[in-house]
Amino acid sequence: MASPPYPWLKPAVLVGGLVPLALLVLGFVRGTLGANPIEYALHQTGMLALILLVASLSCTPLKVVSGWTWPMRLRKLLGLLGFGYAVLHFLVYAGVDHGLDMAIILEDIAKRPFITVGFLALVLLVPLAVTSTNAMVRRLGFPLWQRLHRLAYVAASLGVVHFVWRVKKDLTEPLVYGAVLGLLFVIRIAEALRKRRAKARLAVA
Amino acid sequence: MSQKLPEPPSSEITSESLYLRRREFLKSAVFFGGTATGVGGGLQLLSDSPAGGGGGGPSLPAAPAAPGEAAAPAPKKKFRGPYDTDEKPTSYDDVTTYNNFYEFGLDKGEPAENAHTLKPRPWTVVIDGEVHKPQRVDMDTLQSWFPLEDRIYRMRCVEAWSMVIPWMGFPLAGLLRRVEPTGKAKYVAFTTLKDPEQMPGQKYPVLEWPYVEGLRLDEALHPLSMLAVGLYGRVLPNQNGAPLRLVVPWKYGFKGIKSIVRITLTEKQPPTSWNRANPQEYGFFANVNPEVAHPRWSQASERRIGEIRRRPTLPFNGYAEQVASLYAGMDLRKSF
Repeated sequence: MASPPYPWLKPAVLVGGLVPLALLVLGFVRGTLGANPIEYALHQTGMLALILLVASLSCTPLKVVSGWTWPMRLRKLLGLLGFGYAVLHFLVYAGVDHGLDMAIILEDIAKRPFITVGFLALVLLVPLAVTSTNAMVRRLGFPLWQRLHRLAYVAASLGVVHFVWRVKKDLTEPLVYGAVLGLLFVIRIAEALRKRRAKARLAVA
Repeated sequence: MSQKLPEPPSSEITSESLYLRRREFLKSAVFFGGTATGVGGGLQLLSDSPAGGGGGGPSLPAAPAAPGEAAAPAPKKKFRGPYDTDEKPTSYDDVTTYNNFYEFGLDKGEPAENAHTLKPRPWTVVIDGEVHKPQRVDMDTLQSWFPLEDRIYRMRCVEAWSMVIPWMGFPLAGLLRRVEPTGKAKYVAFTTLKDPEQMPGQKYPVLEWPYVEGLRLDEALHPLSMLAVGLYGRVLPNQNGAPLRLVVPWKYGFKGIKSIVRITLTEKQPPTSWNRANPQEYGFFANVNPEVAHPRWSQASERRIGEIRRRPTLPFNGYAEQVASLYAGMDLRKSF
């Protein structure tokens, strides 16, 4: 059962998704981000990337559970917004925090698992963003495209690990994201199994 | 007879389809606005630090210090003491609103908001262990034993940020000599207050409460080691560790235990909170060392609060000349 077209939905989510960026820039310019604005910007862009990626990954399970089709129209947009914040997160880290000092950045990526994992998540998202257009879906063929885009789960999981390793002591928040991700994954697996069984039954009949 | 209104020319009558489209448009606009606000607000709420750690509005007003004292600028020092840095002090606002004090919340903005529940007077400090004159002493009495000094020290946090803080206090050595350590005393152990009513963060087992710290006796007797009772010439704000805190400027900030209720001289090395929580990452000594990276980040550079560019971190936080000899012959990679 398809949801009504809701022509306002995508533009609204796009605008809403950019609100935190606008507030961040405004806060930076006005100097209201506290004593350590760079740490603040790093934390917030990282959180936004993770939240939006998890939101993007929740679209399909939401459709499976509810039968609504409108979440599917947001999947790509949410994923691209998440990717955008992930890129911004990296740019703040590399460009502002470390002033593009490549020796330090490369050492971080190579030697510190916390950074390695975050960087890997970002790298994994690049092919997904590049192949996010309808034209690319057609060019790759849907089955291949679909398999490729399962990487989104890997990237989001690496994002959660990155978050866990960043925290000094209290793991509650990263574990909440891990749990949500796990739940989404379980729904996807259950749905895949259900489909396979239905197909098998059809073949028998 | 009412006067008949002139009918508008038919060209000005909105067609039914346009009328319906406009209603549709308005409805969409409302949904658009609601969704955009909801998504934006939700994202902001989820991604922002819990207490708006500087994220939200302007910083808190400067905490009132002693009663009746106006928020005046720090008194200008007339002369520079032998251990004072001539670097520009970090603003009072930043020093008092950007704090790691897990007893009042994990976010750095939270201690400034939550620490009002701490009652720094009346306050009793117990000094015991390997000393000839163990005692329980009222905080005001303890403070009256020593002339208060202003000292401008660098403070380097293990999280790779730093500040310059004008402390007010007295040398730890003065207090230790007064209680006369026995020949067996090798270490000094410090304990923070444990009272979940005054320190709501202690209701959560983030660390093992109370917070404990320790120094080797020779470190504690070093003239740089001080006990602070104030900063910027004012009474120590609660979030900075009122009424009594340790300041050891060549060590990472977490060694500077706050709101001290007990000082015990010991023969054996005492446990320290962060070392107990994560011994791979935090050692007993915790000397500032750009050569020894934290397992998760480099310690080679730091951000001075208020600055954008990082600056190189100095061995022993720039106090190597005074303290490096304390560690002669030690492998500082192993004893980090």
